Amino acid sequence: MSRQDTSDIVFRRILAVFPISILILVAGIFFQLVSSSQLSLHKFGIGFLFSRVWDPVAEQFGALPFIFGTCVTSLVALLLAVPIGVGAAIYLAEYAPPKVSKAISILVDLLAAIPSVIYGLWGIFVLVPCMRNNIQPFLGKYLGFLPFFQGPNYGVGFLAASIILAIIIVPFIISVSREVILAVPSVYKESAYALGTTRWEAIFDIVLSYGRVGILGAVILALGRAIGETMAVTMIIGNNVVISPSLFSPGYTLASVLANEFAEAATNMYLSALIEIGLVLFLVSIIVNILARVLIWSVTKGPGNVVK
Amino acid sequence: MKALIHTSFERTRLRRAIWDRAMVYILSLCALGILCILFLIIFHLFIKGVTSLNWDFFTHLPKPVGEKGGGMANAIAGTFTLLGLAVCVGVPIGLGAGVYLSEYADLKFAQTVRFIADVMNGIPSIVYGIFAYIVCVLPMKGFSALSGGFALGIMMIPMISRTSEQFVRMVPGQLREAALALGVPKWRVTVDIVVPAALAGITTGIMVALARVAGETAPLLFTAFGNHYWQHSLTQPIAALPLQVFSYAISPFDDWHRQAWAGAIVLILMVLLINGWAQFYVMSRGRWSAGK
Repeated sequence: MSRQDTSDIVFRRILAVFPISILILVAGIFFQLVSSSQLSLHKFGIGFLFSRVWDPVAEQFGALPFIFGTCVTSLVALLLAVPIGVGAAIYLAEYAPPKVSKAISILVDLLAAIPSVIYGLWGIFVLVPCMRNNIQPFLGKYLGFLPFFQGPNYGVGFLAASIILAIIIVPFIISVSREVILAVPSVYKESAYALGTTRWEAIFDIVLSYGRVGILGAVILALGRAIGETMAVTMIIGNNVVISPSLFSPGYTLASVLANEFAEAATNMYLSALIEIGLVLFLVSIIVNILARVLIWSVTKGPGNVVK
Repeated sequence: MKALIHTSFERTRLRRAIWDRAMVYILSLCALGILCILFLIIFHLFIKGVTSLNWDFFTHLPKPVGEKGGGMANAIAGTFTLLGLAVCVGVPIGLGAGVYLSEYADLKFAQTVRFIADVMNGIPSIVYGIFAYIVCVLPMKGFSALSGGFALGIMMIPMISRTSEQFVRMVPGQLREAALALGVPKWRVTVDIVVPAALAGITTGIMVALARVAGETAPLLFTAFGNHYWQHSLTQPIAALPLQVFSYAISPFDDWHRQAWAGAIVLILMVLLINGWAQFYVMSRGRWSAGK
């Protein structure tokens, strides 16, 4: 008996190393990012986040243009993706026949499985020419009085990157919102029907308002994806350090400056500034994800249900 | 007065009915629009890539600029090498953590780790690249296959941990109790009964994680780095299919663009095959995963 007990205890101790190593790994990433960006942290301090100058030759570094680019592209992407994504999720959960719903869900998962470099490739050779020749001239002609749609038309830029981002995050919005909508107890909807509401009224006033916290979670989760998305954005945003109100303007994001410049960083200060950008990205994505998980868990009742 | 109320009620009802009907179309249009985009992407992939897809593509090295032909044989091999390395890092830790969380951990610890794993899933892949650069590339003084595999491997850990925990948890309690009643120590029950029973699900989880990291480019940019030749050592820079697609796509040469499209087809087929195989595997073999 006692021999069995020791073997059990030993096994348990050994196995416990693995989950603990996950915790250590996350802490380790944070620690490594902080310690490797010491140079830049000390020299620029908090001003790093508010300076517009990015000059590797003079070793002056500020992340504001990249933070601006990341915010603009993510928010415009959400603006495009949320209505369509939530709409499609409602259709799949409430309207579509089960077989159609299943088939579309599989196709949406397929969309989510496409590597981002392929979205980028499609973006360069299909979306950008289309932006340059059709969409942007159209927007410039009819909405050109707004500052967002002015300036030279290159095709690449904030708008193109936002559209690609919207396509990339829409599958996440659909699958998580669908999960949330399905988790709403059907009793509520049935009570609404009994009061004489139409189908849409029951969905809009009852189901959506019951599930709004979870859908908000899905949106924030998608925001996290959009913030961290690297390859597709790098390939079509135009890589230009600028803060401009125009969505036609080529820009830069936190993730794409890392993708483009990290391997070429020649000096220690340059490298350290780039790692500090990585640190910003890490912290922002952690905060966004914690928020999203808490919101989604509060609706789907615990962490078991949504793995994505 | 009564008639007035009656007609205004009728009018509201009509408006509500029209709105109700219209929403069906609007919502199905949303779904349709997304499917259209998917088909558009697949359509362009095949139209533009299929012409450059030939036997040479799978067996030859990339040609220098200006020479026609050539392939991505080294990149395809490189991707498999990197995935192999990633499995070595990701599977033991992910599986171990999943089994521990399901079989041994108390609720609070399990929830904490699950939460951290979910959050870790959301960390941008390029951040893992930076981490691998700091802990592997800098000490080894050079880009290498090992550091690329390490970056992909740590990305797999949270995914594998979550799925294997889920599937191990699904194994019925009677199975454990029956074995324990025979006097088998708990660790042998875990290793010999519970894990094999959940193996189909665990394998599926591993393959899904593999499919997800197979297409990753960002963490490889400054770890594996890419290579135009065959690589002979794991401490040398190594080519990878997504990296090659990226560098060819942003190059100014038409020949390379065609190669990039062909590479994209191979990459997407690889991802889909691994995913499809995983689904098939769980359907044919998964006894306690039917509830999923």
